[in-house]
Amino acid sequence: MELTTVWFALIALLWIGYFTLEGFDFGVGMLLPVLARDDTERRVMYNTVGPVWDGNEVWVLVAGGATFAAFPEWYATLFSGFYLPLLLILLALIVRGLAFEYRAKKDDAGWRARWDAALIAGSTVPALLWGVAFANIVRGVPIDRSHEYVGSLFTLLNPFGLLGGLTTLLLFATHGAMFVALKTDGEIRHRARRLAVRLGGATAVVAVVFLAAAQLITGTAVSALLFTVAAAALLAGLAAAVAGREGWAFTGTFVTIALAVAGLFVALFPDVMPSTLTPAWSLTTTNASATHYTLTVMTWVAAVFTPFVLGYQAWSYWVFRRRIAVNHIPGPTPAEPTPTPEPVAGPR
Amino acid sequence: MDVTDIARWQFGIITVYHFLFVPVTIGLSAIVAVFQTQWLRRGDPDYLRLTKFFGKLFLINFAIGVVTGIVQEFQFGMNWSAYSRFVGDIFGAPLAIEGLLAFFLESTFLGLWIFGWDRLPRKVHAATIWLVHIGTLFSSYFILAANSWMQHPVGYRYSQANGRAELTDFWAVMFNKVQLVTFPHVMAAAYMTGGAFVLGVAGFLHLRRRTSATDRTLYARAIRVGAAVTLVAGLAVAVSGDAQGKVMTEVQPMKMAAAEALYRTEQPAPFSLLTIGSLNGQREEWAIKVPDLLSFLATGTLDGRVRGIEQLRAQYQRSYGQDPGAAYYDAGGYVPLIPVTYWSFRLMIGLGLLAAAGSALLLWVTRRGRLPASPWWPRLAIGLPVATVLGSSCGWIFTEMGRQPWAVFGLMTTGQAVSPGVSTAEALTSVLALTLVYAVLGVVELGLMARYVRAGAAPYEEPPDPATTPTDEDAPMAFAY
Repeated sequence: MELTTVWFALIALLWIGYFTLEGFDFGVGMLLPVLARDDTERRVMYNTVGPVWDGNEVWVLVAGGATFAAFPEWYATLFSGFYLPLLLILLALIVRGLAFEYRAKKDDAGWRARWDAALIAGSTVPALLWGVAFANIVRGVPIDRSHEYVGSLFTLLNPFGLLGGLTTLLLFATHGAMFVALKTDGEIRHRARRLAVRLGGATAVVAVVFLAAAQLITGTAVSALLFTVAAAALLAGLAAAVAGREGWAFTGTFVTIALAVAGLFVALFPDVMPSTLTPAWSLTTTNASATHYTLTVMTWVAAVFTPFVLGYQAWSYWVFRRRIAVNHIPGPTPAEPTPTPEPVAGPR
Repeated sequence: MDVTDIARWQFGIITVYHFLFVPVTIGLSAIVAVFQTQWLRRGDPDYLRLTKFFGKLFLINFAIGVVTGIVQEFQFGMNWSAYSRFVGDIFGAPLAIEGLLAFFLESTFLGLWIFGWDRLPRKVHAATIWLVHIGTLFSSYFILAANSWMQHPVGYRYSQANGRAELTDFWAVMFNKVQLVTFPHVMAAAYMTGGAFVLGVAGFLHLRRRTSATDRTLYARAIRVGAAVTLVAGLAVAVSGDAQGKVMTEVQPMKMAAAEALYRTEQPAPFSLLTIGSLNGQREEWAIKVPDLLSFLATGTLDGRVRGIEQLRAQYQRSYGQDPGAAYYDAGGYVPLIPVTYWSFRLMIGLGLLAAAGSALLLWVTRRGRLPASPWWPRLAIGLPVATVLGSSCGWIFTEMGRQPWAVFGLMTTGQAVSPGVSTAEALTSVLALTLVYAVLGVVELGLMARYVRAGAAPYEEPPDPATTPTDEDAPMAFAY
């Protein structure tokens, strides 16, 4: 197999890793106001992803870096072209990252409410916009002869793009609900499972329409197969959720996301960013790629180090495998410094 | 302002901002790891208190370093797409490897460290913070290799057919001679910053009236550790910086001349300590100069010849053409902005020396368990972290501004590197939004940091030991968000 094909597949894998993992922590963030009834339950939700959200997010950094290294033209066209949506995603990722780390650091209702808002917005915006971006990559965007994107923000907000955004939004929300059902105990667990089932129904409808549209636009026999299995996995996951089998239910949405993303990449191949102006101006795995030498170096690095990464990331999930319930949440303010006995003259 | 100006301001603002937190992360992760290891080895409760206390401050700092780092990775494609196309074959690899080797390691093991106190055997738990630190070292190595390549491109060839630079020798990029002096310099500066951070925080708490006598001893210990790290690392900064100056004189002579505002070639060349004047080579009202010192810094001999800006400009014009190619630079041609390079170079060295001298003085004052009652020395300690952080910023401002007009030295100017398809409105939106968000987060971060510093180290509490007592699955978490 050509190294360019290998790297196309590896980048697809990195995005699959990103969406299957960060997908559920986006979902946890989005569902915070829906699933949690009080502050302790909100903290239960934060702590289900506490030790792992940052590792999940690194998948997108590596996907970005690998695209830069293996397909510089793709990286340059995509990131300069989808400028404003990416800026919004970056701002969202910034505030949600800090929401995790800073929320518990002050026992103040206003402070916590503001970070909750940051987490909710910071999870919803990327969950929507990644879908818009990927739908547009697959559908094609106006790219000129010199590989520059010549559309505007509104070019991306076409019906298919928005449908893609709605699909990832719903899919990640369902995935997040399945995760909360799997990782918590007590009332919130049952609430999450019920919500997952209800959300999952709507998700299935939207996802099937979106995947069918993608298949019609650019699909192949293989992508059709992947999309079909993805849809079946979603239904199976929902059935498992109804039956109270939370592990299988979560596996269902996990597989759905993985196969749907895989199908989109298969449909995209051998283009990496098709041009809607003329096919000759499309970016492909060949005309967007780095040199054979660079790809060889990168292949060695990936082959040697990826097993370690997968190993320790899996280990960390194993270490934090127990379900979290309200009784696991320590006192009201564990991270709070000891109260100061005298008024302190501070900067504020 | 055109898109190039805006994109440069954005790069400057968000990179300098990001790098306020990075050296603290690198230095402090090592010091916290040492504290935790010492606690394990000696069982001294003080070390655990210091681990937990500085660990909290480390996390507050780390969080903002992480989230501001995401932008770094994506802005090359967003604002500098022409650059990304031109160098991606070389520059992309270290970035991807940094993600794979460093970011996964840091994020995963930090999660394990934060939440793992009651879930991991003690030694394994201590190992996780060491792995976080090793992650920061990997990260630094690869990103500095990428930057060193921009300062001194090696291991590549220019492909006429593809219109881009292509990698021919990965190891040449990894062991670029600029990288071999830059990595130690930046690492040493990071340890220095971490040491000064510990020193400053402990100095503040030691000085404070309501700190108890026993806690005062605890903080005195931290002051000693912080001062020792700052001093030793400070010496390493000086030695590596000296080596770096010589390599820089060789590969980027204009940068050295610009550091000195040395317009005409001199042999031997004096080092200008301070100048009042226009720095345009025309008029010098007043200056303090140290004879021969620049010759020594640049060449290693007291009477070495140091080439001046005028001669170098003529030489660059012969090598690279009359004009670097971007209208933006027509005022200076191949000459960087001299006031910026001149003053940032001086501030970098001055602040570094100040911090090193200050830490030496503090070590002397507190020698053999002495803790004088006078408040001047803890006050000095409080100032040192500011000096090291600003010194690091000045170092980066100098090295990046001194490379101008080049994005990649000798290959591509900054004006050529910018994204052709990005509009002024988009670029402005980006820089304004990021600056605003960063400013708000900066205030929030400083507020939290101040709050947790003022709270001081929590009293000793024996942490759970999963190796001896099986974890009670219904017990509250040792740490929770």
